[in-house]
Amino acid sequence: MKLESARAIAQAIRDGQASAVEICRAALGRIDDADRRLNAFRSTTPEAAVQAAAALDARPEAWADLPLLGVPVAFKDNICTRGVPTTAGSRILEGYLPPFDATVVERLARAGAVFVGKTNCDEFAMGSSNENSAFGPTRNPWDADRTPGGSSGGSAAAVSARLVPLALGSDTGGSIRQPAAMCGVVGIKPSYGRVSRYGLLAFGSSLDQIGPLATSVADAALALQIIAGPDGRDATCLDTPVPDLLAALTGDVRGLRIGVPRDHVEGGLDTGVAEAFEQALDVLRREGAEVHDVSLPHSAAGIAVYYLISTAEASSNLARYDGVRYGYRTQRAESLGEMYDLTRDEGFGAEVKRRIMLGTFVLSSGYYDAYYLKAQQVRTLIRRDYEVAFERVDLIAAPTSPVPAFRLGERLDNPLHMYLADVFTVGANLAGLPAVSVPCGLAGGTLPVGFQLTGRPLEEATMLRAADAYERASRFSRLSPQL
Amino acid sequence: MSDEFTTDELRHLARLARLALTPGELTLFSRQLAQFLTYARQVQAIDTSGVRPTSHPLAGTGALRPDQERPSLSRDEVLAQAPEADPAAGLFKVPRVLGS
Repeated sequence: MKLESARAIAQAIRDGQASAVEICRAALGRIDDADRRLNAFRSTTPEAAVQAAAALDARPEAWADLPLLGVPVAFKDNICTRGVPTTAGSRILEGYLPPFDATVVERLARAGAVFVGKTNCDEFAMGSSNENSAFGPTRNPWDADRTPGGSSGGSAAAVSARLVPLALGSDTGGSIRQPAAMCGVVGIKPSYGRVSRYGLLAFGSSLDQIGPLATSVADAALALQIIAGPDGRDATCLDTPVPDLLAALTGDVRGLRIGVPRDHVEGGLDTGVAEAFEQALDVLRREGAEVHDVSLPHSAAGIAVYYLISTAEASSNLARYDGVRYGYRTQRAESLGEMYDLTRDEGFGAEVKRRIMLGTFVLSSGYYDAYYLKAQQVRTLIRRDYEVAFERVDLIAAPTSPVPAFRLGERLDNPLHMYLADVFTVGANLAGLPAVSVPCGLAGGTLPVGFQLTGRPLEEATMLRAADAYERASRFSRLSPQL
Repeated sequence: MSDEFTTDELRHLARLARLALTPGELTLFSRQLAQFLTYARQVQAIDTSGVRPTSHPLAGTGALRPDQERPSLSRDEVLAQAPEADPAAGLFKVPRVLGS
């Protein structure tokens, strides 16, 4: 049994072709075998996973109600799992065992999924390459000398290498979509408020969303369906009901209007990415969609606005890591103040400290108005650009990343260069919109390229319908790396 | 803001952020923060007169639940995660707070 399609696995178990325990052991075996090279996983939970799978095998009467029956899943290591290490890729959380499960973890378990491990990520989800993990970088399954993207690079690599068919990541400025693109898998960032953030270690609270990575739009849609919806433990999780996302995947995009922000997209694109993107638009045209030019005049300021706002929020959110209640504490401190300062200096890595410093600066007296407030005002203009564009089109298309996977180390010395990898993804977070990345080809015949569709707020159904129709017509999601 | 941070400015920020940065980190971050802020200056050229700031994508207060008593996390389980605690007393332990 290939660990490729979540729905096929659930069906195979229901049909008696495989047991949940067999599937679970297969996934654990794949991880043992392949992960020494990839470093996609931070930890695995073999005993608990086999036990959970066995419990499913013992309850056939419940199978009909479990859409993810026996499907092995992995969670990014910034999603809390009760009693299982949750480090967010940081030394400062080494040894931390959350006393609770995130809402998304509970919901996937209730749908029959079997949790097999936690995936590596950039420290506190701050990065675009997984190189900021305190526990070593993850490698791209398509080319081990390259990064998988980030920050959900472990989840993307795990699904790409078919170690698990489904994983969750988090997306603050592109951290699901960009690694999905670079690893050749599907990744969804839901609308802000669609999925509960309870149990997600906060980075930028007005930007963060949890979402799925999978090998097909349909699997990702199914997972989103399960994790989305109201949750009394997160006041920013909307009461709005979630439509039937699988039923929305009709394959029909006739008359759908797709906008391309040409002024934003052109310039600085890798030629392989540009070609794959134009071909994807052609496929959608052939399927009956209309492609129009649209304008997002303030998108050029997106990266600056995003890093001003997200670092400000991060500097506040990460104040809680102080060596008192959980995780790491310095051994060198003589006083409480010294304990805070040294714990944080020793516990956080360079990128996290850099962002805390930047965020502290933009919020500090004398600079707040010039940087933070100004960025929030431009955020309003960026949102309005999308609102205006969405009066004329139903979806906005762009490459997910301007370049395919870059080499390990290539951008590490220049943080600004690394930040620019997010140029096409931050807009959806700033505006709270849903966005999906779907594989659309191989640049130079070797490295995956992602096609991004962005929808109106809470219109995941339309967005996924188009992504699925594209996937059916192009079949690039079926490509997998040779390991 | 000039293009460069002085070491004193950086030290002040590090104090606000409660980070005991090393001299090497102070030098590196001074350069890198200045580089980013030079890039971010484009934001200041955008006319935002009369534009209300967006602090959050959601309008309104979000979804509120009834204010009812519910079980919370177990105190012992929470204290078990602390680097140092006195579970019998129900307290986190920290180094000396006053004097030196």
